[in-house]
Amino acid sequence: MNYPLYIRSAPTENELKFHYMVHTSLDVVDEKISAMGKALVDQRELYLGLLYPTEDYKVYGYVTNSKVKFVMVVDSSNTALRDNEIRSMFRKLHNSYTDVMCNPFYNPGDRIQSRAFDSMVTSMMIQVC
Amino acid sequence: MDAPEAPLPPVIYTMENKPIVTCAGDQNLFTSIYPTLSQQLPREPMEWRRSYGRAPKMIHLESNFVQFKEELLPKDGNKALLTFPFLHIYWTECCDTEVYKATVKDDLTKWQNVLKAHSSVDWLIVVVENDAKKKNKTNILPRTSIVDKIRNDFCNKQSDRCVVLSDPLKDSSRTQESWNAFLTKLRTSLLMSFTKNLGKFEDDMRTLREKRTEPGWSFCDYFMVQEELAFVFEMLQQFEDALVQYDELDALFSQYVVNFGAGDGANWLTFFCQPVKSWNGLILRKPIDMEKRELIQRQEATLLDLRSYLFSRQCTLLLFLQRPWEVAQRALELLHGCVQELKLLEVSVPPGALDCWVFLSCLEVLQRIEGCCDRAQIDSNIAHTVGLWSYATEKLKSLGYLCGLVSEKGPDSEDLNRTVDLLAGLGAERPETANTAQSPYKKLKEALSSVEAFEKHYLDLSHAAIEMHTSIGRLRSAKFVGKDLAEFYMRKKSPQKAEVYLQGALKNYLAEGWALPITHTRKQLAECQKHLGQTENYLQTSSLLASDHHLTEDERKHFCREILSFASRQTDSPGQKIVLPLHCFAQLRDLHFTPSNAVVHVGGVLSVEITLCSQMPMPVQVEQVTINVHFSIDKNNYRKTAEWLTKHKTSNGTINFPTETSPLPAPQNNLPALELYEMFERSPSDNSLNTTGIICKNVHMLLRRQESSTSLETSSGVALEDGAHVLKCSGVTLEPGANRITFRTQAREPGTYTLRQLCASVGPVRFVLPHLYPPVQYDVYSQEPQLRVEPLADSLLAGIPQKVKFTVTTGHYTVKNGDSLQLSNAEAMLILCHAENRAVIYSNTRAPVTGGESSVLGMTESHRKHKDTQKAGQCMATTDHKVSIDCPWSIYSTVIALTFSVPFRTTHSLLSAGTRKYIQVCVQNLSELDFELSDGHLVDPDSNADLRLVPLNAKSPQTLYNVRAEILPPSGTEHCRTGSLCSLEVSITRLSDLLEVDKDEALTESDEYFSTKLMYEVVDNSSNWAVCGKSSGVISMPVAARATHRVHMEVMPLFAGYLPLPDVRLFKYLPHHSAHSSQLDADSWIESDGLSVDKHVDEQPDGGGGRCRGSAHLASGGEHRGLPMPRLQALPPGQVFNASVGTQVLVIPSKDDHVLEVSVT
Repeated sequence: MNYPLYIRSAPTENELKFHYMVHTSLDVVDEKISAMGKALVDQRELYLGLLYPTEDYKVYGYVTNSKVKFVMVVDSSNTALRDNEIRSMFRKLHNSYTDVMCNPFYNPGDRIQSRAFDSMVTSMMIQVC
Repeated sequence: MDAPEAPLPPVIYTMENKPIVTCAGDQNLFTSIYPTLSQQLPREPMEWRRSYGRAPKMIHLESNFVQFKEELLPKDGNKALLTFPFLHIYWTECCDTEVYKATVKDDLTKWQNVLKAHSSVDWLIVVVENDAKKKNKTNILPRTSIVDKIRNDFCNKQSDRCVVLSDPLKDSSRTQESWNAFLTKLRTSLLMSFTKNLGKFEDDMRTLREKRTEPGWSFCDYFMVQEELAFVFEMLQQFEDALVQYDELDALFSQYVVNFGAGDGANWLTFFCQPVKSWNGLILRKPIDMEKRELIQRQEATLLDLRSYLFSRQCTLLLFLQRPWEVAQRALELLHGCVQELKLLEVSVPPGALDCWVFLSCLEVLQRIEGCCDRAQIDSNIAHTVGLWSYATEKLKSLGYLCGLVSEKGPDSEDLNRTVDLLAGLGAERPETANTAQSPYKKLKEALSSVEAFEKHYLDLSHAAIEMHTSIGRLRSAKFVGKDLAEFYMRKKSPQKAEVYLQGALKNYLAEGWALPITHTRKQLAECQKHLGQTENYLQTSSLLASDHHLTEDERKHFCREILSFASRQTDSPGQKIVLPLHCFAQLRDLHFTPSNAVVHVGGVLSVEITLCSQMPMPVQVEQVTINVHFSIDKNNYRKTAEWLTKHKTSNGTINFPTETSPLPAPQNNLPALELYEMFERSPSDNSLNTTGIICKNVHMLLRRQESSTSLETSSGVALEDGAHVLKCSGVTLEPGANRITFRTQAREPGTYTLRQLCASVGPVRFVLPHLYPPVQYDVYSQEPQLRVEPLADSLLAGIPQKVKFTVTTGHYTVKNGDSLQLSNAEAMLILCHAENRAVIYSNTRAPVTGGESSVLGMTESHRKHKDTQKAGQCMATTDHKVSIDCPWSIYSTVIALTFSVPFRTTHSLLSAGTRKYIQVCVQNLSELDFELSDGHLVDPDSNADLRLVPLNAKSPQTLYNVRAEILPPSGTEHCRTGSLCSLEVSITRLSDLLEVDKDEALTESDEYFSTKLMYEVVDNSSNWAVCGKSSGVISMPVAARATHRVHMEVMPLFAGYLPLPDVRLFKYLPHHSAHSSQLDADSWIESDGLSVDKHVDEQPDGGGGRCRGSAHLASGGEHRGLPMPRLQALPPGQVFNASVGTQVLVIPSKDDHVLEVSVT
């Protein structure tokens, strides 16, 4: 499934561009997942690394064991974000997503409207910018 | 790309350089040896042990042997490595002491002094021995003496610096040995020199790098130094090490740029910030681009120059290492990186210049890779190159837009000026590609030359990119490039070409539920459809956009007005109707009936109120809202009676509709929910559980292909139903949000009305909801009285009396006293009336009208029991009989047909054996009833005296009693346990009425009822059970079919396991004297309660109490009577059927007293 559960961009002016970018990047996510398919589940690295670079942005990917995908687009000029920072951001996202899933009132597959998740994303975005 | 012109194998450009070795001494001698030496030296690899913990490598050594000159020795401070002589060799074949003393020694000394002066310690003296030469000489000294002298004179404690080479030009084993030793020495010396000199060089280089924070430090200078090292590694074929040098330079430079961006600028970097004036792209066809290298050396290189040069070197080395795909990947990173760096350094770049540079570079890299890989390799590595193709496409597109090549009118003068400037920045084509027809340079120049040429090149690239993306399964990327192409076509006013790309992309976004791309693509599609004049599609897309919350209010209003203006334009010419789906225009939320049970009588008024949620951003005037109604008369009259309707219809009256597919139909909404069920599979023999699991009952729905199932944007092919029954509401203004619309109708024909379609008309536009789901119905009932006749059983059988039920639904008619139904029937059907039969009126208080039922026909109904399905499956012949009934409410007779089935099939046959004839008559019962055939005999109607009919039917032995025993665990427990009392229930059933065999002494008669005396006895021969208390008794059994006598006893299992039940035996009890019979009858210990078994049980709920009493009486009875001893007579075989023979009962061990024997060995 490749429908968006949650999508946020800051600033919001170029939201559409990012939506297109994230959607297109799913091609590479799919490619990486199917290449990874042979690896044993417990050895599998969830972080997919740089999906593809564009002139202005870097697109990173991460996939949970249940194939929920996280995609992050960051400004290329933001040199403070190295692989390790990106990894830890993904881990944070994953943890928060797990919390969302643990909510008995959340229907898996629904759009995420959790305020906790939202504020976590907001804080992460503020930290980065 | 230039493959057609140059079908040559890929050329690998190697450096011509080899490590330099100087030769001094006898030049003629060396010249004679050189061919063998240069051939033998690289033949065997040598292990090179490296400093700084680097892994050792096997290396094939080659050398460039040059004549020794002092100028070759590096002067102080000259860091050049490529021209550095790594080894100096002195050659001599002197074997004469005198000659040695006279000339050779002096020459050697001079040579040594020069070396010392330049502190060069890597040298070797080779003494070549020649047997032939020796023989010619007179004062021959032993061979060793000259070598010893040299060693003594020059090789101070380093005797291995002087090597002997014997007869080098001969073919003998001694020669071979000597060569081997010499070559090993030479290689070792060379490697030692490399290690030492490179190590020193690297140390110097590091020192230089550490000074990079000092003010005068220059990156370009350092670059040249480290590149020298790279060159040497490359010279030694150590490409990996060479690449590392460039990668380090790359990283160092990148770090400086990043630091500069962070405000920590280095002075030297400002030079790289000069405005970009040339953008001729990467050049990868030469191993070393000397032009650019010189620019760096002269510190005149721009950022692009430096990056281009650096990458060209990396590319060369990667190709040597056969890693072409890494070139592609690094190229993309480089191009992105350069664009970023120029931005970061705020370098002024003319518009379009970078696009040119990137475009040229992409193509150059791709052509370079294509030049050294075959087609198959390229095809299987598209994933690596497709990025460059897309990037080139993207860049060409923006150049096209920039230079006015995409507009309808073509470029204006400003555009042309810009194009000229851009082309100027390309400079002249490089000589390397000048002869290549498809060079990136030529392509770009051509593409920018005219609108047509641009279109050709852009389409070529786009199609190539789409094709490549598709071939490796990157469908989204392909769609994205396709959208760019669609935009291009729209600009070129070719909407027919754009449509397919937009539709493709939109379908993809819809399938994956990406709202913003959906909205955006739909907007583009709307424009496209408008240009194409696809009215219906355009209006549908417009309605979707007008209801799209991702658009601004103004945009939504625009699309809404588009629909309305179309509608108003078309009103004058009543022609085609445009049918659009309703859900994007308005959504049906709920529906409410008045009266709330949606049941109305003929002539009554029904109103339907619906809530329509308008999705439009502004009020819309709707001429008419209609609901199409389907009318059906239910065949089952009864279902439509007021009584049924009131009973079965929910009275809430409001039907809620699920909110229609939200503006973005995420795929999960389209999938049906999983229907999971528990599944148990039991073994057919003992009913134990074999498997259990969960099964999904709608797999076929879930697993079907998704692709074709959702075509949402094409006109949905909604058929407009034209029915006679329509609910209408005219002149409605739909405000944004919820609107309530009320329909009123007067009920006419009785029947069921199903609401099918909802349609809102705006001019010629019809917004249609094709199906209302959940289904909505209302019912109209007739108030006429109704009569129904039906059998009580499933069907009527011919030939036996049965009951038939009459049901009268009175409707508006009031039943008066004395009202009657008059039945007139065919002769073949008899109506059996009881003398006192009167219809009983049951009135249904809940119903607004009274219904009555009465049983008119009939007598007792036979015992009905299920038979084999096989029998039921056979068809019975039927006959219809009509009953005409005159009802008080009508002048017409009601004729009702009753269908009777003939239950028997009779066949007969005449069989012959000799002179005898046998007549066989078979009677087969086809019905589900049990019939008993008795007294069958054939009758000769003519009473012919000659004919004698002898029945052959043997009397079958008659079973009189059925004995059934059952052991039940103590109440409250599931199983019997050893040692605890269980109850034994014995039931003795008489199967027939009085027969001849019953007439004996035991039979007694009173008031026409016969009974006989039986004695039962419970015996357990296998000693599994202990019968507690009374184990036998005498009963008085009524002689009538189905008379049952039940006996209750207590038994105790002695063992665990599946135990067979104890035997129950039955005897005929013949009294000693008939006079005693009445006395015995009255005796209390004989349980003579006959049929009233339940009563008996009720009186003695406690089994224990009964047992005590029973045993006590048995003892006293025997004592009391003493004399008369009754006789027991076994019943003849066949008269008793033991129904429970062979059954077993599970007994589990009791918990507290089991002994477990365990033997341990």
